[in-house]
Amino acid sequence: MISILIRRILSLIVTLLVVSLLIFVVMDLLPGDPAAIVLGTSASPETLAALRTQMGLDQPLPVRYLAWLWGVFQGDLGQSYTYGVPVAGLIAERLTVTLPLALMAVLMSVGIAVPLGVQAAKKHNGMFDAVVGAVSYVSIAVPAFWVGLLSIILFSTLLGWMPAGGFPGWDAGLLAGLQALLLPAIALALPQAGVLTRVARAAVLDVMNEDYVRTARAKGLGEGAALWRHAVPNALVPVVTMIGMQFTFLIAGAVLVENVFNLPGLGRLAYQSLAQRDIVVMQDVVLFFSALVIVVNFLVDLLYLVIDPRLRVGVR
Amino acid sequence: MKTVAGWGVFSRRSVIAASVALGLAASMGSGAFAAAKTSVTIGMTIEPIGLDPTIAAPVAIGQVSWQNIFEGLTTVDSAGKVQPQLAESWEISPDGKTYTFKLRQGVTFHNGVAFDSSVAKFTIDRARGADSVNPQKRYFASIETVETPDAATLVLKLKQPAGSLLYWLGWPASVMVEPKSAADNKTTPVGTGPFKFVSWQKGSKVDLAKNAEYWNKSVSVKIETAVFRFIADPQAQAAALKAGDVDAFPEFGAPELVSSFEGDKKLTTVIGNTELKVVAGMNNSRKPFDDKKVRQALMMAVDRATVVEGAWSGYGTPIGSHYTPNDRGFKDLTGVYPYDAEKAKALLSEAGYPNGFSFTMKAPQMAYAQRSSQILQAMFAEIGVTMNIETTEFPAKWVSDVLKAGDYDMTIVAHAEPMDIDIYARDPYYFHYKNPAFNEILAKVEATADPAEQDKLYGEAQTILAEDVPALFLFVMPKLGIWDAKLKGLWENEPIPSNVLTEVFWEE
Repeated sequence: MISILIRRILSLIVTLLVVSLLIFVVMDLLPGDPAAIVLGTSASPETLAALRTQMGLDQPLPVRYLAWLWGVFQGDLGQSYTYGVPVAGLIAERLTVTLPLALMAVLMSVGIAVPLGVQAAKKHNGMFDAVVGAVSYVSIAVPAFWVGLLSIILFSTLLGWMPAGGFPGWDAGLLAGLQALLLPAIALALPQAGVLTRVARAAVLDVMNEDYVRTARAKGLGEGAALWRHAVPNALVPVVTMIGMQFTFLIAGAVLVENVFNLPGLGRLAYQSLAQRDIVVMQDVVLFFSALVIVVNFLVDLLYLVIDPRLRVGVR
Repeated sequence: MKTVAGWGVFSRRSVIAASVALGLAASMGSGAFAAAKTSVTIGMTIEPIGLDPTIAAPVAIGQVSWQNIFEGLTTVDSAGKVQPQLAESWEISPDGKTYTFKLRQGVTFHNGVAFDSSVAKFTIDRARGADSVNPQKRYFASIETVETPDAATLVLKLKQPAGSLLYWLGWPASVMVEPKSAADNKTTPVGTGPFKFVSWQKGSKVDLAKNAEYWNKSVSVKIETAVFRFIADPQAQAAALKAGDVDAFPEFGAPELVSSFEGDKKLTTVIGNTELKVVAGMNNSRKPFDDKKVRQALMMAVDRATVVEGAWSGYGTPIGSHYTPNDRGFKDLTGVYPYDAEKAKALLSEAGYPNGFSFTMKAPQMAYAQRSSQILQAMFAEIGVTMNIETTEFPAKWVSDVLKAGDYDMTIVAHAEPMDIDIYARDPYYFHYKNPAFNEILAKVEATADPAEQDKLYGEAQTILAEDVPALFLFVMPKLGIWDAKLKGLWENEPIPSNVLTEVFWEE
């Protein structure tokens, strides 16, 4: 158990290092000079050179990469060119929006998908199953930002129930904050819920045909009890895998949805820093996203061991 | 079966409960507070990058800080005229090479530091020094020495006369900063203006508060607290205005949504002029654009009114040169090469292109540029010229490909800087336009300090451009101001990009 953990953690670190190098090189290949963007159309070459020196852009690529890596290693993510503040603080500030948003979306997605999927499996090939199937396919096909736009038109412009976007800040109260995140979370959750419903249904259906479920029923267990006590726990592995994978999509979706709803989250920061070629912020945010995805996948792997005792046998 | 039914009921009940809870959450907190009479929330499309206008070019920086937080030796008023500010008065020597400023006494920065000639000298030396990153450093290039005979006197000795110096000193890039706080102005700006910086919630808003110690007692600043809120999406801007979350959008983002405010008695729409000149620059060193006749023919192929209609919903003023109605000495030159497809075709044949030619337009992704390009494409097609549109990411890729490398046939951008007709005299500059007669006129503008003479010269410069057509001059972006009908004192026009709050007040 311990040795597998150590091996996993080591491979995690190597993955992150490779990712960091990739990020750095790709960002460097992007067209556009950050200094020229800051100084606009009237800047003279000398002024540009002065700013490039100030930004440290006159250093060769390997030097800049190692300096960045060493900083990250020490917990110093560098300074944003555009805001002029440490990136770590910026990311922390933005996380207070993106993290609750992602959590809300995951909870909603699971809360909608698991009951629907299980129920559809139980009544498979029935009317309920057909409706759930159709709805889930539609929700998979519809992109999150579009759901966002439609929900703004419906709930904000037409009905006036919700703010059209923006974030009042948590100091405006928990309720106001949650309210601002509700529509974006729904927009993010719906497509994910569609996928998850399909997976949950298929997984439950698979195990329901297993011998032990039939045995449980033969022992006199009711259909519901057999389902929840025997079938669902065994169907969890593919469902949890899916939730882990969806986390990646949530982050990608957050970039679009935060822009649609004008939320000052991490996704919006990524978008803004890309447009401004705020390279340090871009590198840090992308590295942070990558680390998040890698760590979440790592946790999902660990979770398998908890869910499925069979996997633990091989580990010991 | 019973348990199954039970689960079904439970699930249905919980769904109802959940939807009730959602409804409750939705209805709560939607009652917005009416704005108190001394606070104002101004909406902006673009968040500034830092708040120090002396180290970066984006106009959003000045739109928050200029005249609110920072002030200059001179300033530019709502009519575009130069006015004294931290310099009470000045004298210009007869040869135009010595400027002696009498500085205002009793002015302090928000951190308590007194403003005097040493601060002014520090500011100017910082802007023109070797490691200066001032975006308008060129405007300080004519200064040879900065002298401070006493605390209230500043003397600038110039290498050659600079007739626009007083105007340039009024710009956001020339505001006065003091040595102790200058390095941190990007994040915590400290100026002499009527408002102090309070906080900046990155990605969302900047808070300012009235400066009780403000030196200028001749104005009574009515606003106690001001918020600049950044909302990029036009739909969200409109919703924020309608909901009263924002009191004013001095530069509303989407002309096509302006009509949606009609009939809303709470809001007023004020349409003025900006300094944003939308021009389709051509590479004057590349065939066939090196031929003046070709450029003139293309200009005549363009019906400016249709461009304004299609690109910006009919808001905006057609222009015939690189100059706006806000600018002094403005001449309407749209009649020099008016829309005439037949004449355009004839001129094109004369230039040796009876069957037209094809080229590529590098158009930024912004709505005005994309829409204008599509309309130009259709108009050029009518005279047999094929234009391919290549979207070029702005600012990053546009700056490196077009502005710096000059690698393009035609492009289209809105030039934001006021009175920047001199860009056609710069070398290198992306138009690659070279006309010694034009350069000479602009040199004469700097050689004189007489405003009437300057206005006349600016008229000549405009005329040369209108005839040479180094770029297709299309239209000036309107200032689509939408604000609460009770809010008064915001500028209608924008001779310099700004949101001056000094005289803003709420009508009872």
